[in-house]
Formats: sequence, C-alpha cells, structure tokens
Amino acid sequence: MTRLPAQLWIGAVLSAALLATALLSFLWTPYDVTTLNIGAKLKPPSAEYLLGTDHFGRDLLSMLMEGGRISIAVAVLAVGIGMGVGVPLGLLAAAHRGGWLDEVIMRGNDLIFAFPALVIAILITATFGPSATNAIVAIGIFNIPVFARVARGGAMTIWTQDFIMAARVAGKGKVRISVEHILPNIANLLIVQGTIQFSLGILAEAGLSYVGLGAQPPIASWGRMLAEAQTMIYSHPRLAIAPGLAIVVMVLGLNLMGDGLRDLLDPRIRRART
Amino acid sequence: MLRYVLTRALSLGLSLVVASLVIFAMIEVIPGDPASFMLGLNAQPEAVAALRDDLGLNGSLVTRYLDWVGGLMTGDFGISYTYRVPVAELVLERLQVSLPLALYALGLSTLIAIPVGMFAAARQGRTSDYAIMGATQLGIAIPNFWFAMLLVMLFAVQLRWFSAGGFPGWDEGFWLAMKALTLPAVALALPQASILARVMRSSLLDVLHQDYMRTARAKGLSIAQATRHHALRNALIPVLTIIGLQFSFLLAGAIIIENVFFLPGLGRLIFQAITQRDLVVVESVVMLLVFAVILVTFLIDVAYAVVDPRLRRRR
Repeated sequence: MTRLPAQLWIGAVLSAALLATALLSFLWTPYDVTTLNIGAKLKPPSAEYLLGTDHFGRDLLSMLMEGGRISIAVAVLAVGIGMGVGVPLGLLAAAHRGGWLDEVIMRGNDLIFAFPALVIAILITATFGPSATNAIVAIGIFNIPVFARVARGGAMTIWTQDFIMAARVAGKGKVRISVEHILPNIANLLIVQGTIQFSLGILAEAGLSYVGLGAQPPIASWGRMLAEAQTMIYSHPRLAIAPGLAIVVMVLGLNLMGDGLRDLLDPRIRRART
Repeated sequence: MLRYVLTRALSLGLSLVVASLVIFAMIEVIPGDPASFMLGLNAQPEAVAALRDDLGLNGSLVTRYLDWVGGLMTGDFGISYTYRVPVAELVLERLQVSLPLALYALGLSTLIAIPVGMFAAARQGRTSDYAIMGATQLGIAIPNFWFAMLLVMLFAVQLRWFSAGGFPGWDEGFWLAMKALTLPAVALALPQASILARVMRSSLLDVLHQDYMRTARAKGLSIAQATRHHALRNALIPVLTIIGLQFSFLLAGAIIIENVFFLPGLGRLIFQAITQRDLVVVESVVMLLVFAVILVTFLIDVAYAVVDPRLRRRR
C-alpha cells in the first residue's frame, strides 16, 4: 500500500500540469500563435521566447499549450464515444449472457478489434478527407469494444451476487438492474480503463496527426507539431523534442494514474499485494 | 480439436465477409460516385465516364462487390489508378519492406522482453526490479515514431552509424537491407518490449506462486530447474496473448514509422493513395491489413487450443 499513493500522486500531478497549461491557453498564451512573425523565425530559447520559435516565428511554448488542447480533446472525446457506446453494449451482453444477443455483441466486438484505429482513420479519411473529427471518430470506434469487454466482464460477476437476486425478486427488469445496481458497481473498472484509453488516445492522436490523418494545419496538436518538425530534425532538433516530451509526460502521467487508481480501487489486487 | 478449429475457421470466414462489406461500403457506397470523387470537381464528364467504365462502376452494387471479393481471392486486386499497374504488384513490392520490418521488430522485442521480464520477476521488490519497471513505464509512454526521430538524431545525424532513411532494396545485399531496417525496427520494438516485459514479469510471478511449483521444489528441483521445466511454459501463455493482441499495433506502428525513415513500404503506398484519391489501392490494402489482423487472431486461438486442451471446450 505504501507505494501506491505515490504512483497515483505523481501521475495526477504530471497529467494535471499539462491539462492545466492546455486549459490556460484558452485564456492566455505567451504569444499569439495564429499570427506569423517571419522576422522572429527559428529563434533559439531565450528569456523572450522560453523554448524558442518555429519556422514561422511562432512561440514554441505557446504552440505546445495550444497543441495540448487538441490532443487532449481528441483523446477525451474518443473515450466518451467508447464509453457511451461500449458500456451499454457490455451491460446488455451481460444481462443476456449466453443468449444470442450476447453472442452477437461479442462477435461484433471481435470484428471491430480487427480494425486498428489507424485503419479506421485511413478508411474515414479516404472518403471524408482528414480532420481532427476523423481522429476522434476513429479512436472512439477503436475504444468501443474495449469498454464493452470491460463492462461485460465486470457486470457478469455482479450479476451472480445475492443483492441482484433480491432486486429481481423485487420485480426489477434487466435494464433497471443494469443501470441502478450493476453500473455503480463497475464504475471503478470503467474509470481505470478510461484513464488507460485516455493515454492510448493521446498516443493514437499523435500518430494519426503525424501521418496527416488527424488535425490539419493551421490547427496545432502535438502530433501535428512533430510532423512539421520532421524536416528540421537535423538543423533544429528542439522543435521535435519539445512536443514529443509533452506527449511522453502526459501519457506517463495518465498511465501512472491508471495503475495507481487500479491498485486503489480494486480490492482484489490490494489483498494480493499484502 | 477438429471441431474447435472448424468453428474458429467459420467465425474467421464470417469476420472476413463482414469486414469486406464494411470496407466496400465505406469506399464505394458512401462517397456516392467513386469515379468523380477520384477525379475531383473539375473533371471532364468524358473522363469520369471513362473511369466509371474502367472501374466497372456501371454494374449493380452486388455484382461490383462480388467482383471485388472474387478478384481478391484470385489475387486480382484491381489496377491502381495513379500508378497504372496492378495493385497486387504494388502490394507485393511494398510488403518486402513492411513485413520484414514488422517481423524484425517483433523478434527484437520478444528477445529483449522475455529475459528482462524474467530477470525483474527474479528480483521482485529489489532496486533492479523497480528500475526495470520504471524504464518500461517510460517505454510505454514514448510514441514510437518520436523515438524513431530521436534515434535518427543520435545514430544518423550525430554518430553517423546508420543512414537517416531510405531503403537500398534486398538486391543490394541482405545485410545492407537489414541495416536500413535496424533503426526503424528498434524504434518499433521498444514500446512493444516494454509491454511484453511487464506481462512476462507478472505472469511469471503468478506462476511461481502456484501449488505445482511448491510441489516441484519439494521433490528436490532447484529454483532454476523448476522455473525452466514448469514455470516458463505456463508463464509464456499470457505473453503469447499479448503478442497476438499487439500485432495490429505493430502493423499500424510499422506503417507510421515508415514515414520517419522514408521507407517504401505499405504505409507510404497507402498515404500516397489517400492524397491522390486512388481508392482502388486504399480499398484493397485496407482489406489486406484487416485480413492480416483477423488471421493472426485465428492462429493464436488455434495455438492456444493446441497448448491448453481446456480451451477447446469453451465457446
């Protein structure tokens, strides 16, 4: 137990710090990143520009703050889609476990697993053109089977318990039981999985934007910034290092937080440790 | 056993049919008229009509779908609109880069992860265990394509041990080609190895606490002997699962990393096809990727049943 809060704390502080700077960018950034200032292009870090400027003379720190906005928003919305669709499906499957509905939902899940987020993004982009929305949808679809599986697995164990039997005897239907009794009891699992998918979403967004399937210029995202820095890694490696570090810190923070939360919220693991 | 394999094969076939329907719908039905989509807004009506004819778009959706699937099964993936060569030829050429890259990375990550995971498990709770676990935590958080950029900065720009990108082709000699694939493979393998090492560690720790391990020790085997004869094989089962689940990430990762190193693989083919609106290429390559993922899942399922007879009865 002693190690767990530390993990949780470090993770929460790392990811909250980046989240805070991204939110702050709505109100204030050191420089305006929508105006180009070619006269100040590719300045090294200084007191004036803490992290220096890019090839358009935009302040790198301001870009990182604004870029975090898109990266985080894409990942969060994708988790929302995954949970919003996946959890009801998982609950439904568990309520009808062993039945044809369960079978159909789980086979459908397996099928979506065969489509990596990148492949979904390729399909959507080929027909609708690239955008941050496509990245959200692609990562969101990828999240659906993950949440469906976790919800179903968690719900199955709850369904066997006595208080559920009592609720059934009291005449409650499957849907009502799922919402009133099952869902609150699997919330822990869903929060932990949500944190993990959040961090995977940040990585996926970065990858998609990097290959041009996500956010499009002039919108900045951490992945986009890496794509633009690609040609300058010889002359100005700083431009590629900064956004990459932002991604690493965010993902590391979320993963530590997820591990910490799991240890904290799952009594089985806690018992196994002691 | 045979029955189990047959039901899995049936489900494999069904998945492929549904997947092909989804891809067909996304590429050929949703955009409306693929021909005018591919040629853009300013296309001449005659050109659009000619392309419609070329692509066989005048038939009904059902015949078009059946033609496409029938073609896939006989190795006819259509003719690329931009390259004017059969897609199958393009894919075969590009696979010679992407497939070795993915396998190279898979091999590297497995070779690194299993000993590292075993070592960490043996040192559970000690400093070296914490150090390894910390390092893997970092490895998971690093986007592989960014790690690839860092590798280029260090090994290609600073040290000049490797070239920064490009691929000489297998005709120039096996070692030269492998050398060109080394940095990309290392970049792909690192996050993979981090995940696998963690799985290996926890799965080995699980097994070491089983009753049969105590029995093995009680009958006089040393820890090393008991681990070698009894623990390792059982601990590898979850590792196999994760390798299977990670396959699609590996494939996607390979496609993205090709961009960092300007490798002429499937990734470059498909991203160019998207910008040039070459839907013929996109459709078939995506189907190929999905087929690969479904096939690997099937093979892993069957491999399980061979290893663990209890699984044959489930499902």
